[in-house]
Amino acid sequence: MSVAIEIQGVSKRFRLYHEKYTSLKERVVHAGHVPFEEFWALSEVTAEITSGQTVGILGRNGSGKSTLLKCIAGILQPSKGQVVVRGQLAAMLELGAGFQPELSGRDNIYLNGSLLGLSRREIDRRFDEIVAFAELEQFIDNQVKYYSSGMYVRLGFSVAVSVEPDILLVDEVLAVGDERFQQKCIDRVQQFQRDGRTIVVVSHSPDMMRDICNTVLVLDRGRMVTMGPVGEAIRTFRERLIESGFAPPPEPDVAEGGATGAAPVEIAPHRRQVKITNATVEYARQEERPYIETGEPIAIHVGFAVATPIVGVRFKITLVTESESIVFSSTSGGPIEEMALDPGHGTVTFWFDSMSLLDGRFGVVVEARDSGGVVLDILDPACHFEVMNPGRAVGIVGLPMRVEITPPGAWPADGAATALP
Amino acid sequence: MGTVSEIDLASADDAAARAERAAAFVPGPRGPERELPSRVVSSRVSLRVRIRDLWRARELFVFLVRKEVKVKYKNSVLGFVWSMLNPAIVLMVYYVVFKYFLKSLIPDFALFLFSGLIAWNLIATALPGSSASIVANAGIVKKVAFPREVLALAQVGTASVFFFFQSIVLALFLIGFQYAPAWSYLPVLLFALVDLLILTAAIAVYLSAVNVYYRDVEHLVAVLLQAAFWGVPIIYSYNTVYGLLTKHHLLWVARLYLADPIVPILLSFQRALYGHVSPVIPQTVVKAVIYHGHPALQYVTTRAAIPVLASYPYHFYVFMLACVFVVAILMFLGAMVVFGRIEGNFAEEL
Repeated sequence: MSVAIEIQGVSKRFRLYHEKYTSLKERVVHAGHVPFEEFWALSEVTAEITSGQTVGILGRNGSGKSTLLKCIAGILQPSKGQVVVRGQLAAMLELGAGFQPELSGRDNIYLNGSLLGLSRREIDRRFDEIVAFAELEQFIDNQVKYYSSGMYVRLGFSVAVSVEPDILLVDEVLAVGDERFQQKCIDRVQQFQRDGRTIVVVSHSPDMMRDICNTVLVLDRGRMVTMGPVGEAIRTFRERLIESGFAPPPEPDVAEGGATGAAPVEIAPHRRQVKITNATVEYARQEERPYIETGEPIAIHVGFAVATPIVGVRFKITLVTESESIVFSSTSGGPIEEMALDPGHGTVTFWFDSMSLLDGRFGVVVEARDSGGVVLDILDPACHFEVMNPGRAVGIVGLPMRVEITPPGAWPADGAATALP
Repeated sequence: MGTVSEIDLASADDAAARAERAAAFVPGPRGPERELPSRVVSSRVSLRVRIRDLWRARELFVFLVRKEVKVKYKNSVLGFVWSMLNPAIVLMVYYVVFKYFLKSLIPDFALFLFSGLIAWNLIATALPGSSASIVANAGIVKKVAFPREVLALAQVGTASVFFFFQSIVLALFLIGFQYAPAWSYLPVLLFALVDLLILTAAIAVYLSAVNVYYRDVEHLVAVLLQAAFWGVPIIYSYNTVYGLLTKHHLLWVARLYLADPIVPILLSFQRALYGHVSPVIPQTVVKAVIYHGHPALQYVTTRAAIPVLASYPYHFYVFMLACVFVVAILMFLGAMVVFGRIEGNFAEEL
């Protein structure tokens, strides 16, 4: 297959000026000793992108991913090395860049289209399509300054995709407009994929990558870490992220009393018969890696202290995502609910034999209640754990799934239908 | 038989499934295999490629010029009439001041003034706008890839549109006052206009790039244009200067003056537009100016007269303009090279 983009030893140096002298006088006064630091936003990145691939450039903020995209687009020139691009290229770095608020939507389509490299005739031909896609038929002759921000980006996206390039560069701009329009955008990108166009997407969202990319290039501080199939590359990325301390590894111990989270329930002091002291997670190879993979077992140990003798305590465990949505909640149940507890320390352990959560960092909230359901203590969050999904599934939970396909024409003539095994 | 494949979400060995999926993305034949345009992004792009890219952006140029013109007079009642009114008023002021207050003795002074001013206005409108053009359009320079010289050139294009409007005023002026231009010098006029455009474009491209680094340039341009206006023969005639310099045995300065590429252009404009009316300045006053402080000499030479316009033959105008053409082209190429050298850092400098 032909190579669409060849990145050959690309390095990009930026100068960080401590104080920038942009006027002639300042330059003369400070001649020779303008304080600046050199900063290599990219160093020696070499990669080949074959045509028809959808490649994600993944990296955290400041890793050089946008710089690389701009070098491919030709907006920045690399300080060293070069990029060879085969085919017409369109970059969506900012939707509606260069829109003139004083001009009408119609004029802006022509101006923006020609800025993106379309000829006038091509724009004429696609004009109706662009307007229809942006859903701006009524407003196309209004000045763009009267557009809502949603209309603005819709028009921008619409013009950008109308270029029908061989290579499309996208910089985290797909989150555009309302949900319905977003779906339209994603559909359009998938249409591009089906047409066999090359797409390069920059994002720091692994989920989006998993959704649309075949290959992911991981950058870290301007260097290429890896380039490979989605699952593996994303794992490398997240390992790096955790190693560099950017995402804090799960804290095994949280200070007593749940001081970190604001407890939603105010607990009267006389109710504090049982106190949850700590919670820890335990899983295989914990010392080698700060995460588990989807499907692996994990145990959550909760330590508690009993202040006064009590009969019947139930422990409730809740798993929440980073955005505080509850993915799972259950109580201990069983004999512990009738057990008489004397003062002292004890532990309760929750076992998950196969953790089917997908990517992310999950919080564990532990509550102790009496047999009547009154909350005795709550620890929120009690601890965290990190899950890494080596597969391609996206979302919160990995549900077991089988796939069965009956291709056209394969319907058995003898009437033997496929049956469940 | 149906194909049954189980995908275990958690299993690490779904490489096969991934390969299948990847295979599903193999592009089908997209029409006949066509030659894809290839482009190299690097810090060293040849001048030839730069000019080719610039040529390909000519439609963008047209849209940018249209935008500039539209935006400039949007929401104004008189619209582009302003672009005619403005030079007309300037012309009127200069005319009144120089004809009646300062007693310029050039006959049909208004026409003489207009023929030089119209050319000068093209430069004076284009340069301030174009030197600021890259900085002013930082938003797109940082986000879209296109030959950025177009931004500077679009300002020259916009100035040309206003030049066109002013030409209409000039035409009305000529008809109204029944002056006929020197028709035979029309080719010279067009040649001069071509030179003027290339020269302005060269300076515009150069200044727009430098202004990214030294923001002084846009202010400096305004000041220099003011000074240069009085340094070139628009309000006074070239022959006055020439006479003055030769009297002081400074012929080489006179030649140097002619080497200013704008001067031959102005002379050509004046020759073509003003040349047909009797261009003679009564010598008395010129002498008085030259021999300031020697009134006796003034009396002696009253009868003689010197022409307003240089008495160069037709082919000398063509020769001068050809020289300017070569210089302007070289300047333009030089400006493109300079622009290309520093363009790579535009996106970070802005």
